[in-house]
Amino acid sequence: MRILETQNLTREFGGVIAVNDVSFKVEEGLVTGLIGPNGAGKTTLFNQITGMDKPTSGKVIFDGKDITGLPAWKISRLGIARTFQNIRLYRELTAVENVMLGLHFKVGSDPFRHRFLQSLRSYVFASGENKELYGKAMEWLGFFDIADSAQELARNLPYGTQRELEIARALSAEPKLLFLDEPAAGMNPAETAHLMSVIDKIRSLGVTVVLIEHDMKLVMNICDQITVLNFGMKIAEGTPNAIKTNRDVIEAYLGREEDF
Amino acid sequence: MLNFFQLILIYAGVYAIMAIGQNCITGYTGMLSLCHAGFFCIGSYATAIMCKIFGLSFWLSLPAAAIVSGIIGFLIGVPTLRLKGDYLCIATLGLGEIIRNVATNLNPVGISQIPRAELFGYVFMSRNKWAFIILIWAFVLIFYLLFQRLLHSRIGRAMTAVREDEVAAASNGIDVTKYKIVSFVLGAAVGGIAGCFQTAYTLTVSPASYTFMVSVMVLCTVVLGGMGNGKAVILGAVIIQFISYFPQLTGLTNVIPAQAKQMIFGLILVVMMVWRPQGILGRDRFRYGSARRPLFAKKKEAGV
Ligand SMILES: Nc1ncnc2c1ncn2[C@@H]1O[C@H](COP(=O)(O)OP(=O)(O)OP(=O)(O)O)[C@@H](O)[C@H]1O
Ligand SMILES: [Mg+2]
Repeated sequence: MRILETQNLTREFGGVIAVNDVSFKVEEGLVTGLIGPNGAGKTTLFNQITGMDKPTSGKVIFDGKDITGLPAWKISRLGIARTFQNIRLYRELTAVENVMLGLHFKVGSDPFRHRFLQSLRSYVFASGENKELYGKAMEWLGFFDIADSAQELARNLPYGTQRELEIARALSAEPKLLFLDEPAAGMNPAETAHLMSVIDKIRSLGVTVVLIEHDMKLVMNICDQITVLNFGMKIAEGTPNAIKTNRDVIEAYLGREEDF
Repeated sequence: MLNFFQLILIYAGVYAIMAIGQNCITGYTGMLSLCHAGFFCIGSYATAIMCKIFGLSFWLSLPAAAIVSGIIGFLIGVPTLRLKGDYLCIATLGLGEIIRNVATNLNPVGISQIPRAELFGYVFMSRNKWAFIILIWAFVLIFYLLFQRLLHSRIGRAMTAVREDEVAAASNGIDVTKYKIVSFVLGAAVGGIAGCFQTAYTLTVSPASYTFMVSVMVLCTVVLGGMGNGKAVILGAVIIQFISYFPQLTGLTNVIPAQAKQMIFGLILVVMMVWRPQGILGRDRFRYGSARRPLFAKKKEAGV
């Protein structure tokens, strides 16, 4: 089943067309890779889908609903979570508080209705709710093997842990769709190996993952489907094996084909 | 001497209440707003008008003052809160001054001979300062507890998230604009309540007492004590009031000019920003997961 689809999505910045008429598809339950040279428009495409920015034209369809132009917080509550290329943690808060914020809208029966009453309840019964959220947050930290760092300030964590904490925070909202923007950037080989096992675990939870990544070994190993962007345009899509041998892709990565 | 000491305690209490409101806006949510004098003014006038013209009791005027300044806070907040940092600061500064100018133009002499507050038949006389000290500090305690609880609830955490990173907060499903407005309105309402107590004590209101300097003093209080830390801003209020009344307290009014305190506040802001931006006590680091209830839970040593 197709969980997400963009239709002729375009985003212009002045003269620059960062995303050009892209129709991007994500199948439920798979890990989809989004690759392309620097400046190809991958992050911009993520931003349009997750509501961080509004497309110039085109549509975003998620779960059969048109979510084009909705504010980011609503899209997040509909079930799309993300991480950022340049890590965006709440740096002055502890690791566990970061994940508790990922759980922000998970209290109450409905993320959209009766929110005022829910807020009052959160205030009156703060201690009980905190205990519950703390427990859940610790479980997510445990899922990533970083429960030991729960009380550390996010800014003091090692780089690899920060990346994983950001994924933990996104995943704690139990999204249907998880966008990861270069999760392995700046990681050492051991951290990257751990990340790969984590992504496998996320997939086994039934979460659909979309991944921007420059590390070709990682992409080819864990992605089921790959879409390639270049200069804002989609130049190829298919299985890793098909992408490896695609002429346009090799051309786009000219001089980097030995990576394949 | 004792008289001045009592006076300082009263004003420290009023400023502590204001600082709790400013702390919600600036310390929790990270919005640099400079119009607390405006909310203080509105609260004072609301109380004066309710008590004197409509003949309401002080205890009814108290929530009324909070509601009126909350509404004004909302009206100011909706258009300005999309601004960031310095721009928000300048916009709110201007709006605070507009409030004072409107008050001046409507009624330059202010309102006097406002009926006294009563509680169970006890009349709060201005000469009986201890009664005011107890009354005001009881409310300082109440607001301290209410806002501590807010900070360590889901709502307060969302405000903290907005302060730390608005983009990340939005990606976590937090409606950034909504929390900014809620925080601003709550801060404004508490500022109004401070005005209410000021009126109950002085029994007069005059537009001259709500200058821009008041907003600076309140911000200074929060920065000095420690942003986001409830205890710290109360400590800040006491220190600031002692500095403010230092000449009277020591009988040095002839030696120290009145303007000196403005220089001292400016100096405090600069020195704190450079040497100890986290304030005297630093941020309140709350440890979730301890067995005790959040309200009384031990704070971890503030990391530097
Ligand atoms: N806010 C913006 N204003 C103007 N131009 C922008 C903006 N954001 C992105 N761009 C431009 O759009 C193009 C695509 O950028 P984008 O960040 O999406 O690339 P990317 O594929 O994520 O690259 P990288 O692999 O380096 O992260 C670039 O040319 C960039 O300069
Ligand atoms: Mg990018």
